[in-house]
Amino acid sequence: MGKYILKRILIMIPVLLMVSFFSFLIINMAPGDPADLYVSPDMTQAQIELTRQKLGLNQPLLVRYGLWLWNTVQGDLGFSFQSRIPVTQVLPSKISATVQLMLVTLVFSYLIGIPLGVLSAKYKNSWFDNLMTGFNFLGVSIPNFFLGLGLIYIFSLKLKLLPTGGMVTLGPSGGSLGDRINHLILPVIVLSTFYISNMIRYVRSSMIDIFQENYMRTAVAKGLPQRKVLLKHGLRNSLVPIITIISSDIPKLLGGAVVTEQIFNWPGIGQLMMLAINSRDYPMLMAINLLAAVAVLIFNLIADIMYAVVDPRIRY
Amino acid sequence: MSVNSQNFKRADAKDIEEMEIISQNQGISQNDESYLKITFKRFVRNKMAVIGAIVFIVLIIVALAAPLLAPYNPDLTVGTFTAKPSSQFILGTDEVGRDVLSRLIYGSRISLFVGIFSVLMYTIIGTSLGLLSGFLGGIVDTVVMRITEVFMSFPYMMVVIVVVSLIEPNIGTVTLVIGLLGWPPLCRLVRGEVMKLKKADYIQAAISSGYSTPKILFKHIFPNVFSPILVTMTFGIATSILTEASLSFLGVGVTAPTASWGNMLTNAQSLTVLQTQIWRWLPPGIMILVTVLAVNFMGNGLRSAIDGEAK
Repeated sequence: MGKYILKRILIMIPVLLMVSFFSFLIINMAPGDPADLYVSPDMTQAQIELTRQKLGLNQPLLVRYGLWLWNTVQGDLGFSFQSRIPVTQVLPSKISATVQLMLVTLVFSYLIGIPLGVLSAKYKNSWFDNLMTGFNFLGVSIPNFFLGLGLIYIFSLKLKLLPTGGMVTLGPSGGSLGDRINHLILPVIVLSTFYISNMIRYVRSSMIDIFQENYMRTAVAKGLPQRKVLLKHGLRNSLVPIITIISSDIPKLLGGAVVTEQIFNWPGIGQLMMLAINSRDYPMLMAINLLAAVAVLIFNLIADIMYAVVDPRIRY
Repeated sequence: MSVNSQNFKRADAKDIEEMEIISQNQGISQNDESYLKITFKRFVRNKMAVIGAIVFIVLIIVALAAPLLAPYNPDLTVGTFTAKPSSQFILGTDEVGRDVLSRLIYGSRISLFVGIFSVLMYTIIGTSLGLLSGFLGGIVDTVVMRITEVFMSFPYMMVVIVVVSLIEPNIGTVTLVIGLLGWPPLCRLVRGEVMKLKKADYIQAAISSGYSTPKILFKHIFPNVFSPILVTMTFGIATSILTEASLSFLGVGVTAPTASWGNMLTNAQSLTVLQTQIWRWLPPGIMILVTVLAVNFMGNGLRSAIDGEAK
């Protein structure tokens, strides 16, 4: 197992190298000069050149990528073009905001999605199952920005129950746990709708397959209580395929976070990314791309490890 | 999984009907048409799928006939700023006095264009690479699979946002980027199917009879992987429409003055617009939802019809 994990981590290195190189290529081939941000109309051509030199923009692409890589390996992600402070100083608070949002979304989706999926499978083709199927279709078809705006309209503007955005209420009244939870509710609903829909669908089909297994019939035949059959024999065995889905949906969750953070003014990585794009903040964009790729790879690894945990038959 | 409820009695009746169709065609059961007919019959029985297909066709007609249907030029100021819906402007006007209904009608062109063409593009890329990689195996397979892994470890949406916004946000770039980045899942699907088929006797026979690789690939393998590709394409259109809408909403997709359903919602991020000018953001939001829902219903119906039974 330890050897397997080590091997997987080593495979990540070439993948990350390729990801970072492609990102670098795309970002640097784009039209528009980041030096423009630093140039004021009264600067001479020589001064502009000097600025470009200081930003390292006048060297060939490969040299710049090499430099970036060398610095990154040493933990230096460069200075943000826009705010002119080190990228590594900006990132932690943004990462924590996004991780908070994503973790709550994940936990919430499991808590809602798994039981609904199990019930949907148990009462297959009942009114409840049909309701869930309908919900699935809506959940994967509604654009998250439309859902977000709709929820703000109903719950924040009309009913005045929840805040319209941000992480805490500004001023002395904000920052309590209740206040934080209030700010989380709407973004988490928006972000988890897609996730819950998928979860219900996968848990349902996975459970229906397992109902056909002989050991399930045996469990029922020997008179085990229904709950025990369902949860101990059924759900446990359906976990393996569910884990695959969860890990493969993580990139989608990250993508969804960009839109959700934008709508709810959530100060996370997604919002930072949109800012970086609009100001052509290349070091920041590179850092965010790298971070996102690392997150995806780590989740894939966690999924592989979890397989072995939930299914002892799988050995690496 | 099916949308409409099916009790056991109906399923029985259907099975009998199906058996009849098959037995009627027994003499010519090798014929492709009979298979198509059965699949079509199964599809038509799924009410939601049929409704989805009808909505989709109507939308295509609306998109094609936009100049005839739209009451005003969608890009020009034709009324007062942010006028409420009235008999003159059925869905009101936006912040510079453009007719919302006309923009809505023209917006269908963007959604459908991006949805259909980006998917066509990545289907061609994904299918060719998947066929080659699955059939040839070896080094080709290894290289293609490594590339798909790299592509799939990018968070898709984030990459699309970065690439489109850095190149130039317009409809062509959006279509191209989704088309160039969307192929890996399809490629893996086709590869898996081809690897299964490769072991089949008739393919082995074709190989040992010395048929050329292109002939085997396109004449014997491709028709057999066509169904799963078609289903993936349909769901892909739904995803692409959503991606375009999200990009345009964020201001990095199709940008104003061109109307897209996504960018019509951009201004609703302002709480004043959201609260007081509901006619500006509710209709385009509903249009996206209805379109994507229709395509998803269609895809689901297609999948059940091809799989042979509504699970």
